[in-house]
Amino acid sequence: MESHTKAGVKIELSCPVPISDYKNVLLAHGGGGRLSHQIIQKIFVSQFHNEFLDQTHDGAILPANRSRLAFTTDSYVVNPIFFPGGDIGMLAVNGTVNDLAMCGATPLYLSAAFIIEEGLPMDDLWRVVLSMQEAAKRAGVMLVTGDTKVVDKGKGDKIFITTAGIGAIEDGIDINPKNARFGDKILVSGNIGVHGIAIMSVREGLEFETKIESDCAPLNDLVQTMFKASRQIHVLRDPTRGGIASALNEIAESANVGMMIHEDRIPIDESVSGACEILGFDPLYVANEGKLLALVSSEDAEKVLAAMRSHPLGKDSAIIGEVTDEHPKTVFMKSRIGGSRVVDMLSGEQLPRIC
Amino acid sequence: MKYVDEYRSESAARRYADIIHKTITRSWTLMEICGGQTHTIVKSGLESLLPKEISLVHGPGCPVCVTPLEMIDKAIAIASQPEVIFTSFGDMMRVPGSHIDLLSVKADGGSVRMVYSPLDAVKIAQQNPEKKVVFFAVGFETTAPANAMAVWQAKKLGLKNFSILCSHVLVPPAMEAILSSPENQVQAFLAAGHVCTVMGFEEYIPIAKKYKVPIVVTGFEPVDILQGISMAVKQLEDGRVEVENQYSRSVQREGNQAAQKLLLEVFETTDRAWRGIGEIPLSGYKLRAEYAEFDAENIFDVGAVHAQESSLCIAGIILRGLKKPHECSVFGTECTPEHPVGAPMVSSEGACAAYYHYRKV
Amino acid sequence: MGTVDFSGIRKSVCLDWVPDVKIGEYVIVHVGFAISKVDEEEAQETLKLFEQISGSLDELKYDGSEKSGLR
Repeated sequence: MESHTKAGVKIELSCPVPISDYKNVLLAHGGGGRLSHQIIQKIFVSQFHNEFLDQTHDGAILPANRSRLAFTTDSYVVNPIFFPGGDIGMLAVNGTVNDLAMCGATPLYLSAAFIIEEGLPMDDLWRVVLSMQEAAKRAGVMLVTGDTKVVDKGKGDKIFITTAGIGAIEDGIDINPKNARFGDKILVSGNIGVHGIAIMSVREGLEFETKIESDCAPLNDLVQTMFKASRQIHVLRDPTRGGIASALNEIAESANVGMMIHEDRIPIDESVSGACEILGFDPLYVANEGKLLALVSSEDAEKVLAAMRSHPLGKDSAIIGEVTDEHPKTVFMKSRIGGSRVVDMLSGEQLPRIC
Repeated sequence: MKYVDEYRSESAARRYADIIHKTITRSWTLMEICGGQTHTIVKSGLESLLPKEISLVHGPGCPVCVTPLEMIDKAIAIASQPEVIFTSFGDMMRVPGSHIDLLSVKADGGSVRMVYSPLDAVKIAQQNPEKKVVFFAVGFETTAPANAMAVWQAKKLGLKNFSILCSHVLVPPAMEAILSSPENQVQAFLAAGHVCTVMGFEEYIPIAKKYKVPIVVTGFEPVDILQGISMAVKQLEDGRVEVENQYSRSVQREGNQAAQKLLLEVFETTDRAWRGIGEIPLSGYKLRAEYAEFDAENIFDVGAVHAQESSLCIAGIILRGLKKPHECSVFGTECTPEHPVGAPMVSSEGACAAYYHYRKV
Repeated sequence: MGTVDFSGIRKSVCLDWVPDVKIGEYVIVHVGFAISKVDEEEAQETLKLFEQISGSLDELKYDGSEKSGLR
């Protein structure tokens, strides 16, 4: 079983794993019996504990005095589970928080269901859980309910996490891809392609020394800062798998609009650019985990940009393009040398080039 | 990046485009034979900067695209064997064989791994002595020395479990095949900068002379290509026929002698079939007799491979520059990157894939 | 084998075919091998050309003939 340090990430255990009599997760830990109870209490409840989870009910009973709720679900299957700048747990929490934030909601409650492969070191599970609790605290959310299953060795990939999240949407906020309009400016909150390259840097066969760490982060606070600057924010999207190209294509398709982005305005870190060069990747399609795209009315775009730049997670924000009234459902890019090309949806997975 | 970004400068690009506009007086057809150049041209929208009189056609410069169907089928057959770890460059994995591709073998449980360098495959062989490690050695002359090095190292290390499935191809014979065809429309060539970095450009001189076509050794960045085109157009307009070197920061006339030495130590020229074009004499490399123990075709008996090319795919016509991808009847309909009918739609360097992704035309 | 830096990304690359390369010099890398050293003089010459070229053909100082191999 691969140890966490292979990925080059050193996580200091501030508190030792509370289950010392089992080095690895066993099938019995998902069986519903005593071992199940032990793992739930000692690992999950002890870390995530809050007034709802501590009830140890089958479900969480939550107060509901809001007019509109946002509800989302996601699964996390990243490999390797520990990578530069993060791990699957942190990804799961931030990813879910971000999906809610992209709806214009204040994230409140999360659920987490774990499918663990028999044999996963208990240490690794503990690290993931610690990381999730830290991420939840940072984002201001609570993990209120969950589930644990263990599958036979070989039938899983160390650990899969499925989450669901609930958030509340304030009155007057209406974020929807269909709201995109001709003239809207397209903003991105910082350098693209960071997470994908961080993962690639430790994938077998493509290892290279690099200081790039995943940009995994919760974006709800950044979004609130943006709302304070303007309510003319029409669309929000976090460009995860498939990168900004896929996200923009999805919005263009949904809203039946065209888009034009400008290659020379897209913020990208030199190292990420270099890695993409070597690997033959197009950074437009590389995953981000701590970035957002925003479509803002042209009148308020500069105001929103300034607000984003004032936030630690948005200091490299930029206006990269605009929504056009031509070529609906297609995203075009003006290249650095002045030519123009289509930015298509991604087909399959990006494969590194040979020459 | 230094020595990369400067060749993407918009002002330099526009200036060269300007020169081309001012130099040209009639129509010319130019061909580039390098997947990397095809990719840059389409991705940067370079053609939109050129005068309409220039027809830029794409040659068989994508080694993935020209690997014969039989070879892909052989690779799949070998990869499917339980004791084999099959290694390959990334974009070979999705090229369709007669029925499936290498990625499907992986999905079915076969051990298929993507590597960045052929030396990684040698490392895998060292780390897995009980397995037979095979490396899919495709590529032009740029990649051949690297693959030669892998075999040479394997021999030095005394590895008994490493072999290559070799399908190397050479540019000059392909150029001649295109130029000598009665249907040829190409009037000037942009030669591949990295192929020439290794091999030099001596061998292009007799070709230029014999067929009276200007040849300009060109780099990969947009400004390199525009500069290369402007040099070629100037030759055509002047009525000159020369081999010029635009990519002089990397290419010397005699090429990289150290790399060539190793290459010729391990490989020798042989006849090679090109997918879509057919057999071109002395257009490929094979392992020399002293290295025969590393030839996967000697080691694995994969039985008779009856390759079946789709009748719908016109890759051969496209690779010879006679038609453009969007002129194919199944382009974008039955043939897309998700379900490719032929190789040029799969490889990121293939002309069809480039057109599909960047032009939607 | 040596270490090549691509804008901050470091990778192990075989330098056997650029035996006279020194630290700080630039190389062209292909599948893990350095296939040539960037001739910085030639590069600077080409870059100067980009500066010199302007819209008018009359001001053109560039003449490709010294780079040709067929005369």
